[in-house]
Amino acid sequence: MTIHTDDGLATYNFAYLDEQTKRMIRRAILKGIAIPGYQVPFASREMPMPYGWGTGGVQVTAAVIGPDDVLKVIDQGADDTTNAVSIRNFFAKVAEVETTTDTATASIIQTRHRIPEEKLKEGQILVYQVPIPEPLRFLEPRETETRKMHALSEYGLMHVKLYEDIAKNGHIATTYAYPVKVEGRYVMDPSPTPKFDNPKMHMSDALQLFGAGREKRIYAIPPHTDVVSLDFEDYPFEVQTFVEPCALCAAHGVYLDEVILDDKGGRMFVCSDTDHCEKRREGGHRGHLAGDARETAQ
Amino acid sequence: MYVAVKGGETAIRNAHRLLANRRRGDPSVPSLTLEQIAEQLALACDRVMSEGSVYDRDLAALAIKQARGDLIEAIFLLRAYRTTLPRFGYSEPVDTAAMQVERRISATYKDLPGGQMLGPTFDYTHRLLDPALAGDEEVEAPESHESDETPVVRVSDILAREGLIENDGVSESEEIGDLTRTPMEFPMNRDTRLQALSRGDEGFLLALGYSTQRGYARSHPFAGEIRIGEVDVEFDVPELGFTVTLGRIRVTECQMVNQFQGSSKAPPQFTRGYGLVFGQSERKAMAMALCDRALRATELGEDIVAAAQDEEFVISHSDNVQATGFVEHLKLPHYVDFQAELDLVRRMRAEHAARRDSDSDSDSAMPEAAE
Repeated sequence: MTIHTDDGLATYNFAYLDEQTKRMIRRAILKGIAIPGYQVPFASREMPMPYGWGTGGVQVTAAVIGPDDVLKVIDQGADDTTNAVSIRNFFAKVAEVETTTDTATASIIQTRHRIPEEKLKEGQILVYQVPIPEPLRFLEPRETETRKMHALSEYGLMHVKLYEDIAKNGHIATTYAYPVKVEGRYVMDPSPTPKFDNPKMHMSDALQLFGAGREKRIYAIPPHTDVVSLDFEDYPFEVQTFVEPCALCAAHGVYLDEVILDDKGGRMFVCSDTDHCEKRREGGHRGHLAGDARETAQ
Repeated sequence: MYVAVKGGETAIRNAHRLLANRRRGDPSVPSLTLEQIAEQLALACDRVMSEGSVYDRDLAALAIKQARGDLIEAIFLLRAYRTTLPRFGYSEPVDTAAMQVERRISATYKDLPGGQMLGPTFDYTHRLLDPALAGDEEVEAPESHESDETPVVRVSDILAREGLIENDGVSESEEIGDLTRTPMEFPMNRDTRLQALSRGDEGFLLALGYSTQRGYARSHPFAGEIRIGEVDVEFDVPELGFTVTLGRIRVTECQMVNQFQGSSKAPPQFTRGYGLVFGQSERKAMAMALCDRALRATELGEDIVAAAQDEEFVISHSDNVQATGFVEHLKLPHYVDFQAELDLVRRMRAEHAARRDSDSDSDSAMPEAAE
């Protein structure tokens, strides 16, 4: 199946990548699923968007997407951030698939920095864009060393780092890209999602795939897999909590973005997951600033 | 307020319209033609072909025009196009000894078979801005002579005959690696390392090569030979049972000859640093040769003391398409993570203030101790 662009000049294969490349990526994905949390090297391609802008996620999505899929793309939890718009348009163009902002109807969700608030279902695939797949990278910059450490399950360094955090600050000072242990074996970087989202990875009904294009790594968490955030018995893992609810939909227990309203310290907190927020407002939930924002929108 | 982040779609569309307008510039000035770029900005095209890893002058010219002269952007355009091309196979190694040379110099011999040939070089020009170029002055036709078609012997081959220089080396494995089709792994073999260097960023390799000259992994290099010219690209067609010539490409080759005292692994002899790039790009080929030699430290049993010798450091950071993408990705929104950090910093500041207050309470009780 080929896709023709409007001008008829260039012809691209369905979902941009050629079939051989897709097979190569699928093999890497299958290996990743077979060894949860293990970083599988793959021959990442140059994509028509820059490295660091989601090329890994785009390649994974391109390898698994079919004509019947429904795609949702989010960045910072929102469907309308510019890079999410750009990637969604890319697939709408090169794969002619249906796109959506609705978490429940999407069969594939590509994300950067967030996991949707709505619980994912069996059959859905969550594709993460990963900048630095190696959880040990900032403790040991060398790939040759970190691969050895993974092979030997030599994760003492990571525990020492977390311990030093506690010794210095009284608590673990990692707020995003918080390391997890997958199925009791590999320590894995969940991509720079806030640690708030870590519990959602545990025993998820959906398949979670991670693509790092520039670093040429793919890894996976199959459905119903044990994902544990690293911690200590006396310093258990905790997620962020917000004092205020969402100013638009009054949701508690969701991740909020701080929006600056003026230069006098005025601010509001709103859902980072725009789809979740909109649905709640459609369902009649109203935050204390919901009225104002509606007016601004018009 | 919150709705300000909406409308990404329209914003992108409008931004690209503005970009197209800025790219074109003043419409009363004629648009550049691809021929003009290919002919008159030939070295820019060479760099784009070389680091874009596609030998196609017209596409390079198009990429440069589209990128408004931003060469890394042009290289990126070409690379992204390259990945979509079907692959028929691998050519035979090009034979640079059979090169039709246009420039050939050696810094190690005053004269040598085949002679020194300066060719089209900036060397020995005085870098004085030439106001005549602002116009379209007629240019003198170049001097030319009939080539006698005899191949120009390579300096490294002259040294090799005497056994003074190490062998060219045999490939560590039967199959030549392909950087673009297999995941990169460290330590690398020299074949894939040379591929990475050849498409690596000119500025980065230049700086690293320079650092070896200033004592960070000094390798005592001599420019044994630099040659620029055209070579045949041959392809072995299994169905035919013989090789056919696909065409000719212009390349720059640099062979550095490096003094070597010998180590436990190798006897004293001259060693090689190798550079080969598309088109005419002497600076890049020389920098590549310096880096290649520095990166052979492990193989030759030298101590690794500097950045230029560190394969993982050099190769992981030499690709400008990767580097520019990741550096520039910092432009993308990070407010979810920033929110998490805001929360943490506020909490830590509150704790810090509480600690300071309790400290100053106890301090004021003992003013002497504070002094």
